[in-house]
Amino acid sequence: MKTYDVVVIGAGPAGLAASIEAARRGCGVLLVDSNLKPGGQLIKQIHKFFGSREHRAGTRGIDIARDLYREALDAGVTVWLDTSVYGIFAGNVLAYARGLLEMKPSGGAVKADRVVLATGASENAVNFPGWTLPGVMGAGAAQTMINVERVLPGKRVLMIGSGNVGLIVSYQLMQAGADVVALVEGLPRVGGYGVHSAKISRAGVPILTAHTVSRAFGDTAVEGAEIVRVDPSWKPVAGTEQRLDIDTICIATGLRPYAKLAMLAGCRMVHSPILGGWVPFHDRSLQTSVPGIFVAGDAGGVEEASTAMEEGRLAGVSAAASLGKVSAAEARAQREEVEARLASLRMGPFGKPRHDAKEALHKAGECA
Amino acid sequence: MRVTHHPILGEQSPARTVEITVDGRKVTAREGETIAAALLAAGIRVNRITRKQGTPRGLFCAIGQCTDCVMVVNGVPNVRTCVTPVADGMTVETQKGGGPAPLKSGGSR
Ligand SMILES: Cc1cc2nc3c(=O)[nH]c(=O)nc-3n(C[C@H](O)[C@H](O)[C@H](O)COP(=O)(O)OP(=O)(O)OC[C@H]3O[C@@H](n4cnc5c(N)ncnc54)[C@H](O)[C@@H]3O)c2cc1C
Ligand code: FES
Repeated sequence: MKTYDVVVIGAGPAGLAASIEAARRGCGVLLVDSNLKPGGQLIKQIHKFFGSREHRAGTRGIDIARDLYREALDAGVTVWLDTSVYGIFAGNVLAYARGLLEMKPSGGAVKADRVVLATGASENAVNFPGWTLPGVMGAGAAQTMINVERVLPGKRVLMIGSGNVGLIVSYQLMQAGADVVALVEGLPRVGGYGVHSAKISRAGVPILTAHTVSRAFGDTAVEGAEIVRVDPSWKPVAGTEQRLDIDTICIATGLRPYAKLAMLAGCRMVHSPILGGWVPFHDRSLQTSVPGIFVAGDAGGVEEASTAMEEGRLAGVSAAASLGKVSAAEARAQREEVEARLASLRMGPFGKPRHDAKEALHKAGECA
Repeated sequence: MRVTHHPILGEQSPARTVEITVDGRKVTAREGETIAAALLAAGIRVNRITRKQGTPRGLFCAIGQCTDCVMVVNGVPNVRTCVTPVADGMTVETQKGGGPAPLKSGGSR
């Protein structure tokens, strides 16, 4: 069985950054992704990123993905696309299936001295009568359809959720030519950044706070929806029901870490609502409770592409250091640099709670 | 409906087309796109019918995680159409329950 110094699972911003850093420090790196295209969530993000200049704010996600991929190849990373890791066994043996998407399946296993889990997140669903009808989908799914595949999932859309994802995808649906009939938000206020909500309000989309969807209508696919006002305890207010003429419902009610492999590997899991749910415990070097397995990006707590990249760098440096590829002193200095940038990203009303949640997570490990 | 003009992505570049057969009907698709995208562009929204309740399912996550979009492709059941690209001459069928392969008892689909 072939052995690599480091195997990185997931080629989103976190996995790409981890691969680049480990390879630049002399590690033999294999990067795998189940998709045919590298970049993870970035490949559908056509808006300019927010944040600071050094995190490529002002650059579109699709361009960041392309640049990182090129850097990874230049650094000598071996990349296997259309490859899904489905099992982690003792001694870091990784079982994979390849070629599923090209309908030429094959399988095998590789051994990894160090593993970096960078498997990202999955979208939360909400349940309401009719939610399983075709035409009800994640906002991320709609975004993939319009920006990657360039096909509209529908013409008249109801968006659920006013976080940045709901706001940004609403705007992008309009750019692609769909009508966003309304955006409903159960809380009494908008969740995402003011700049994003202002953009869609200006475009004429009603943002209905303290509202939710009560049902979807349709036989074989969505043909309409009913929305209703809710009181502060989320109870529907009788008499406020409205029927909307729509053919698509997009759900943007948050993401949760996609960390199945960490569970399979026996990593200790910690529950953190701010980070999106169950996350593998990880220390400051991003190592989980299983020695040699690191986690980075949304898989270790849902944040943003900028933090995912920095965490990827940190995991890459840590993995290389633990293999003796850099001296302890060098590794410490490099880690401190990344940590300072992470701290600057985790500030403000959106960042601070995540900073505190990560600190609590590290502490949870210390006293265990 | 295809997004041919886009304020940021520009005009859609021309692509070679391929022909696939969906439940007996010929559908023209763009080379490189996923099966689910080709179907949506052709106005087809139902990918499978559940075994127990017989209710329709369609695209939900579009990144290969949820299996709501699985169909029978070239006779093979459970193919995730949201991540599998089209190929010329492909046959695609709405999947009913677990598809044509014999089901083991106790299956959840
Ligand atoms: C609409 C929207 C707008 C956003 N806007 C911004 C923004 O403006 N600025 C910002 O900083 N962030 C933004 N984000 C967030 C950002 O996209 C994510 O936080 C970031 O992509 C997470 O990176 P990641 O590398 O952890 O995971 P992902 O990008 O999700 O990548 C994970 C990869 O792992 C692969 N994978 C999973 N499991 C396996 C397996 N078992 N085997 C092989 N491969 C596997 C997947 O195929 C995927 O490619 C936005 C997100 C959305 C949805
Ligand atoms: S839509 Fe979820 S797997 Fe295809």
